[in-house]
Amino acid sequence: MASLELINIQKTYGATAVLDDVSLRMEPREFVAFLGPSGSGKSTLLRIIAGLETLDSGEVRLEGRPIQQLAPGDRGVAMVFQHYALYPHMTVWENMAFGLRNARMPKDEIASRIAEAARVLEIEEHLDKKPGQMSGGQRQRVAIGRAIVKQPKLFLLDEPLSNLDAALRMRTRLELAQLRHRVDAAVIMVTHDQAEAMTLADRIVVIHDHKIQQAGPPMEIYSRPANSFVARFVGSPAMTLAPVQLLPAESPFASVRLGDGSEVETRVPRSGLPAEGALELGLRPESVRVAPAGAASTVARVELVERLGDRTFVYARLSDGLSITAEDEGNSRVRMGETVGLRIDGTDAHLFAPDGAGYHAAPAA
Amino acid sequence: MSIGGRRAQLEGLAFVAPFLLLYAVILIYPLVAGVVISFHRADLFGARTFVGLENYGRLIGDPVFHQALINTFKLTILIVPPLTAITLVLALALNKRSRSAAFFRGLFFSSSVLSVTIVTLIWRFILTPDAGLVAEVLEAVGREPIPFLSDPDLTIPALAVTTVWWSLGLPMMLFLAGLQQIPEEIYEAAALDRAGRWTTFWRVTLPSLRRTMLLVIMLQTAAQLQLFGQAQLLTAGGPSGASRPVVLLIYEMSFARWELGYATAAAEVLFMLVLTVTLIQYMTASRRWEG
Repeated sequence: MASLELINIQKTYGATAVLDDVSLRMEPREFVAFLGPSGSGKSTLLRIIAGLETLDSGEVRLEGRPIQQLAPGDRGVAMVFQHYALYPHMTVWENMAFGLRNARMPKDEIASRIAEAARVLEIEEHLDKKPGQMSGGQRQRVAIGRAIVKQPKLFLLDEPLSNLDAALRMRTRLELAQLRHRVDAAVIMVTHDQAEAMTLADRIVVIHDHKIQQAGPPMEIYSRPANSFVARFVGSPAMTLAPVQLLPAESPFASVRLGDGSEVETRVPRSGLPAEGALELGLRPESVRVAPAGAASTVARVELVERLGDRTFVYARLSDGLSITAEDEGNSRVRMGETVGLRIDGTDAHLFAPDGAGYHAAPAA
Repeated sequence: MSIGGRRAQLEGLAFVAPFLLLYAVILIYPLVAGVVISFHRADLFGARTFVGLENYGRLIGDPVFHQALINTFKLTILIVPPLTAITLVLALALNKRSRSAAFFRGLFFSSSVLSVTIVTLIWRFILTPDAGLVAEVLEAVGREPIPFLSDPDLTIPALAVTTVWWSLGLPMMLFLAGLQQIPEEIYEAAALDRAGRWTTFWRVTLPSLRRTMLLVIMLQTAAQLQLFGQAQLLTAGGPSGASRPVVLLIYEMSFARWELGYATAAAEVLFMLVLTVTLIQYMTASRRWEG
């Protein structure tokens, strides 16, 4: 049986569409990340699942049961809020017990569930503290603990890492990854941080413009983006998108010419491409390497060099003015203002039709 | 550096000097002078004889002062708890974004912009036994009018009702401000925690408002222990002192009987009383939160 099913969810605020015909089916124990920019509707979707927001039409099912008419507390979901939303006047223990007491759970059951959650989250020594006496990271754990003790069928995490500093975020990310193997429930996490989504989720659902743009495993989202929005939104630095001209050739794969005249041979099958309209070539930085004059396919003027230690990103401009992002060795000598040779490798290049639809290299047999 | 530093200090002092001077003249001086006068037999025209603690001794044995103290406590107890409860309920009901809520917020606040003269005038129209609003209504249903302003058992409740009506505005606004400080997320968390309306009110809203509630109770206690205008204008403290609060007594001592020293001693006692009561409230509340 599927865990969560969203069927044709529709939501508007007045005349503004927020979610337009959204459908999704989650597997049992699946970890799904809703990834999208601010205002894409991803948080609204999470809140609809939680019951904090009504929907105009459509159906929400959890383990086969329609839940859209139920009160938030009766749905079998638990939520970790962005700002934790702990009850400030209750101790950590009381915060975790509140929902269980309201559900009239026996006292010893409450105590044992809290003890177990506190042990897993290593907050045992803080149980008598109030949230105001704890650090952000500790509060985050309490918020997670409050969700765990309910033993929900579905966890909803609203930007769970966005309030933590960089070091703590990495640690909490690891802990979330471990945690999901301990709980017998599906997880949905809303985030605008693609690194979080890539590292934690079994499946990423990219939401933009009130719709699901693509749903798939992280590597599929990265290597086979369904459209140019997903292509540019996922991956850092962003994919270079260049208007190109399709070249006539015998080969079953498309060859294209960039604005500066250089040609790229892709591994995208020519057969599926639309006959009409201007194409765009999508190049990840790793497909564009800084190369010596002999091996280069084009030249570009360097505008910015970003040294990350193990590799270097070079932001450059081709002779026709196109901005392109290239990759170089960690010890790259490239400097701003220089003109360098670039070798464009078409093996992993993507093509995008005028409507944005993506075309990719045929999967290796 | 050090010369410049001292110069800067002097300049700074020059900036705050006007305020400090004013503060000293209108606040600190009268406070100290009051204590000094209370140790004297003094009249309004400056004749003073030092008498030590005699004025305080007289107060201890003065039945009129005792009666005024009891009246003041009765008034405070009849006003502060109902006022706190009513304004909290009003704030809860009117904490909405609708137009009607805004209208009623304005309506309930409007009484507090009236001066005490107007307020007592309005309530005289309502309470007076000859042709007052309540009397008219009672007459219409065939009952005798009730002498709110002359029956010794009814004057203090009448003053309390008047005062509650007059004082609704500020506490209601304080509660509204407190309610708006509570993040919406907490209510959402409570909804996911299966908390019903009552549970949410008792376990989430009320604890979040406890600072506001303490503020309201302390401010109102301090204000009502000093109740004066309504009593003077509505009942003149009567009949035979049955509704005379301490401040009215102090006023009569100093401006009717010209016993300034005695009046000041009573004022010092009231000052200590207000300070003690509000401090006890504050400390009790803080200790409970710590525990």
